[in-house]
Amino acid sequence: MSNRLITFGEVSRFYGEVLGINRVNLAIPPGITSLVGPNGSGKTTLMNLMTGLIRPTRGDIRVLGVRPDEPEKLGPLIGYCAQFDNFPKGLTGYQFLYSFLRIRGMNDAECEERTRTALATVNLAEAAQRPVAAYSKGMRQRIKLAQAIAHDPQIVVLDEPLNGLDPMARAETIELFQEWGGKGRHVIVSSHILHEVDRISDQVILLSHGYVVAEGQIQGVRSEVKDQPMQILIRCDQPNALAARLFLQDHVVEAKIHPDGKGILLRTTDADQFYLMLNRIVLETGMEVESVAPADDDVNSVYQYLIGGEGGTT
Amino acid sequence: MKRVWLRQITGVIGLEWKKTFLSRRGWWVYLMVLAPVGLNLMHSLVALRGFRSHSVFQDSQIFAGEFEGYFLHLGIFFGCMGIFSNLFRGEMLEKTLHYYFLTPMRRELLVIGKFLAGLIVALVLFESSAAISFWLIGRHQGAAWSEFLQHGPGAGQMSSYLLVTALACVGYGAVFLVAGLFIRNPMIPAAVVMVWENLNPFLPSLLKKISVIFYLKSLTPVQLNVPPPFSVLVTETDPAPAWLAVPGLLVVASLVLAYAAISARRAEIGYGE
Repeated sequence: MSNRLITFGEVSRFYGEVLGINRVNLAIPPGITSLVGPNGSGKTTLMNLMTGLIRPTRGDIRVLGVRPDEPEKLGPLIGYCAQFDNFPKGLTGYQFLYSFLRIRGMNDAECEERTRTALATVNLAEAAQRPVAAYSKGMRQRIKLAQAIAHDPQIVVLDEPLNGLDPMARAETIELFQEWGGKGRHVIVSSHILHEVDRISDQVILLSHGYVVAEGQIQGVRSEVKDQPMQILIRCDQPNALAARLFLQDHVVEAKIHPDGKGILLRTTDADQFYLMLNRIVLETGMEVESVAPADDDVNSVYQYLIGGEGGTT
Repeated sequence: MKRVWLRQITGVIGLEWKKTFLSRRGWWVYLMVLAPVGLNLMHSLVALRGFRSHSVFQDSQIFAGEFEGYFLHLGIFFGCMGIFSNLFRGEMLEKTLHYYFLTPMRRELLVIGKFLAGLIVALVLFESSAAISFWLIGRHQGAAWSEFLQHGPGAGQMSSYLLVTALACVGYGAVFLVAGLFIRNPMIPAAVVMVWENLNPFLPSLLKKISVIFYLKSLTPVQLNVPPPFSVLVTETDPAPAWLAVPGLLVVASLVLAYAAISARRAEIGYGE
């Protein structure tokens, strides 16, 4: 099983006196994992560590059983789209992909085929013969993605991959991530665009000041945040009557009538108790309930509860 | 499958030589290459117009001084600094080294590939410069110079100069490649190496051998008797026989490259964070 995981055991990394990450323990399964945290929280450090670009000061990292300081073994497994928007000078998109496939040791025919496939995957086939230096920001982002996936790696690590992409390209890129994640690959993404992170992630890792604050599926993470009452939105035909009944309960902290008068936004310290009680009220009053849904088990809310601030672009 | 390493090295060379040849940052290297060519062309033109004439022997002596004083101490030295220290340092500055480090290529092969790419560029530039300069310096002699080149010691001298140029590129190339792995400002290692090379005559016998100039000086075909003040440009070293000088320099360069390979294996991508 550990050969299908990316594991961090008590990993710390310091840049001189400055903390990168501290005592991180993780076991990342296949699927889409999002790294979320403010600038300087340690996201890029974590990515650089798992790709072998930097080494831990302490602790042990295994990437599908391979140590990251063995580039000959790690290289075929991993593709990395770094945040740096830089490219070797004087190359066209085609030459950029082809050259680094060649450095991976592939023969001409294989380099050519993989280059064409990768360019087609990111919709850059038509711009293949243009210099990368003349690409737009979005095209540069896509050619970096193509370079990361051209050798068909098992793990794709993407540092802010949605930056600079227009909405259409963003949607296509997210679709790609989901496709890769669905095929049982590891897709590790860091992003500030939290509502998109929310949509695509199988699990999230929240980082703050170099520490892992929470990890796992977002609903699971939210339910662990005990000191913040859960918010639940109930759409029903008798919100006033429901509010009156709910106010009698100890676990209810707040109940606000929705501005359109057709629902309640509830804050409760015990969601399970609330659900049981709602069933009783519905049976007793014949109230019609249209929907009941958690209102704050998304990444943005969890981010605000655990880390504070606005989170990111929503 | 068994030629993977070869494909990787040729892949690196293919990427690097173009970058190195066309580097805007290295415009001054071309100046250093063209300077002796221009100077010798002027010498030839001046002599042809009859302002001043030298004998073939004098011209070969002048070139010997030019070769030792300019090519070895300035042109190739600083040219190699410009070319080789940029191979890793340039990638760090441009934030592109991670593309290489993320491939499954052994870092040792990356060092070899980059070194060979730099060497190709340095050899093309400085071998051409040395050969053309040598040819130009006596061109005004007409048939006498042709005779000197074809049937006299000229061909042998030129071969020796080309051999010394190649070895200088290998030696200084290795030194500046490893320096580029560690130090951002190439002038610092250049100053240290230059002081070390010029201290060579005063060093104990064993330390003399850890130097590039020690081996090169022994292989130059024409021994100079340079009067002051120009003698400061010429480093006096104990002569080493050719059988020791060529492999000796290659061993020193190999040791330096081996150290570069070990360092590259341990290197991290910092980009100045």
